[in-house]
Amino acid sequence: MRIALAATCIADTMFPGAPRATVRLLERLGHDVVFPRAQACCGQMHVNTGYFDEAVPVVRNHVETFAPVADGEWDAVVVPSGSCTGSIRHQQAMVCRRAGLDDLATTAEAVSAKTYELSELLVDVLDVTDVGAWFPHRVTYHPTCHSLRMLRVGDKPLQLLRAVADIDLVELPGAESCCGFGGTFALKNADTSGAMLADKTANVRATEASVLTAGDYSCLMHIGGGLSRQRAGVGTLHLAEILASTRESPTPLPHVRTAEVAR
Amino acid sequence: MSTFLGLPGLRRRSADGGAASDGAPAASAAEPWGPVPHPDEPLRWGESFPAAAKHTLKNDQLRKNLGHATATIRAKRAAVVGEVPDWEALRDAGSALKERVMAELPELLAQLEENVTARGGVVHWARDAAEANRIVTEIAQAKGADEVVKVKSMATQEIGLNEHLADEGIAAIETDLAELIVQLADDMPSHILVPAIHRNRAEIRDIFLARMGDAPPDLSDVPRELAMAARAHLRRKFLSAKVAVSGANFGVADTGTLAVVESEGNGRMCLTLPETLVTVMGIEKLIPTYTDLEVFLQLLPRSSTGERMNPYTSLWTGVTPGDGPQEFHLVLLDNGRTDVLADEVGRAALHCIRCSACLNVCPVYERVGGHAYGSVYPGPIGAILTPQLTAASGGVSGADDVNASLPYASTLCGACYDVCPVKIDIPSILVDLRAREVDADRGKHKVDPWRAAMKAASWVMSDGGRFGLAGRAATLGHRLGGRDGVISKAPPPVSAWTRERDLPAPPDETFRQWWASREEDER
Repeated sequence: MRIALAATCIADTMFPGAPRATVRLLERLGHDVVFPRAQACCGQMHVNTGYFDEAVPVVRNHVETFAPVADGEWDAVVVPSGSCTGSIRHQQAMVCRRAGLDDLATTAEAVSAKTYELSELLVDVLDVTDVGAWFPHRVTYHPTCHSLRMLRVGDKPLQLLRAVADIDLVELPGAESCCGFGGTFALKNADTSGAMLADKTANVRATEASVLTAGDYSCLMHIGGGLSRQRAGVGTLHLAEILASTRESPTPLPHVRTAEVAR
Repeated sequence: MSTFLGLPGLRRRSADGGAASDGAPAASAAEPWGPVPHPDEPLRWGESFPAAAKHTLKNDQLRKNLGHATATIRAKRAAVVGEVPDWEALRDAGSALKERVMAELPELLAQLEENVTARGGVVHWARDAAEANRIVTEIAQAKGADEVVKVKSMATQEIGLNEHLADEGIAAIETDLAELIVQLADDMPSHILVPAIHRNRAEIRDIFLARMGDAPPDLSDVPRELAMAARAHLRRKFLSAKVAVSGANFGVADTGTLAVVESEGNGRMCLTLPETLVTVMGIEKLIPTYTDLEVFLQLLPRSSTGERMNPYTSLWTGVTPGDGPQEFHLVLLDNGRTDVLADEVGRAALHCIRCSACLNVCPVYERVGGHAYGSVYPGPIGAILTPQLTAASGGVSGADDVNASLPYASTLCGACYDVCPVKIDIPSILVDLRAREVDADRGKHKVDPWRAAMKAASWVMSDGGRFGLAGRAATLGHRLGGRDGVISKAPPPVSAWTRERDLPAPPDETFRQWWASREEDER
């Protein structure tokens, strides 16, 4: 398949490991990956903070960049993020319509119909759960809210993780509870966000995992930021980074602050 | 006026607490169970949500009580909902019925009025809280009543009826166990269904001993003993009261039937014993036909109390000679609802059947509690309902209104939408209200750092070239992370983040740069 990668703005600039791993993984599975360079952001931050007018040019850029998928130039668009996929699927057309841009909304819907979050692409479209990965570490998985409740990915990420060779996958207590990120919520309601984060990190630490994984680097940045501050010794990796890991080219454990290092 | 014998006192409106109770030397002595809010407006009190939450988050007992209670109700609900094979179809039916009600509201209301009147009831129309309070007061005064017994009701909470009646010298006695606890403590409810959810049983025992007046001196904190004390206390009130005031869960347009759904039987007492019954009902509580109750009486108990069937479901139609109240008044309350109805997206908030499932699953509510929302409607439904109901006086479109902070009191995690029995898409409405708030502020020429940042980000993020340059510039910050690769201290507004979290330093190469150099290599 010919697959266009929407890297997401946050991963492109802050966590390039996730889109790099997505490329490695899909190429290993025999697919061609293209990265349309005009892309920037899906507009989710603007939409969820209520800045619909400011979201329009951002959404337009995304829709126009990925419009070729609707004409069959690519077979699918992959997004290594549940919340960005959710915004593309549930918000872009709404924002366009509200701005009176009906044609753009129609294109947005055509693009979103061929846009998939990573685990959706692998399990639903490419029909694969064992991607031939190897990752010999203790891992726990946080199902991010938007992948769980907006996209309904269900246990697809867990199906993929269970098939990883030598992984020690442990269940996260209270997994389906929000970590408290919520985009600008973490800044506008910092105290409440911190209280939610404290419960999430306590649950992660109780698993004694070395790695916390999820399908969204935004949530991982939040939980990982808390774990780092607590010097918990737990690192974060995107689902793609674990699935891309092989015996020949293993994904190293992320460097983390630990209690020993701290002075 | 005293609260000592369980008669509701005037809610203290000043900080000195002088009028609170007989001989209360100071406000702190009158609030032995911690400070409680005393709102001037039931739909708008206290600080903005972030500021109020900051205070309530510090209350460890509250968080413990709430965490325990919501986890218990969540599990109960999940179990009884899980055993219904057609639950999703029921939700669809409930949602469709409420959509029809909103589309045909004027006609259905007229039909309800006609049927209630035909069966001997009297229908009153109240535009706002003041009108509704005046109508109820005049009825009680006409009956010469100096006390009324009350069924738990959100509509009367919303209009501040008890406080208004107290001002007129009429004591309103809450007969729902939890409402009684709240009333005796001179507190405010913090949950739609379980108003005293923020109290544990040891606190309740102390409240009964100090304020009930006729509680057994050896009262323990065993739930059965607490319930027996309340039962003995309330029984006397039921038998003496001439007027009862209730809300309504449902008003059936095609028969004129009203319905109250409750768990304790106190409601049944109020609805049948006094000679006069006054029901205050929000106009959105309508359902078209009697058979539609079939849908809602399945959805409501499983969603709210986690019960398969509701224990006490009282239905009455007008007046029946020789049986029950011989005078029945129905007060139809607008109080901002037609404003909500006018909004294409926000109007779905009126579908709410007050089950409170969204409160129980909300990770924000679970931590901060109901009082942080500054409204009798807390939690996710409150965050969309309160700002809309108060839109005429600021609400969602008022930049300086505390209620304008409510649509932001959510991470948009979506748990509320999943459990809503009538499928109110609360996250989407929250986002829409945020946009309404942002747009309302646009005309105002003041410096808004959020707007400036969003505008700048829009310019950068709407073009791959500009975004690539910004990303490249960010990589210059890679060294800020030091050996550990993290930033632990940042200037405002990011300082809100770094107070409890590290921030990763930018990578030394963006994805886009990596891709470009890889293409270069392949050439």
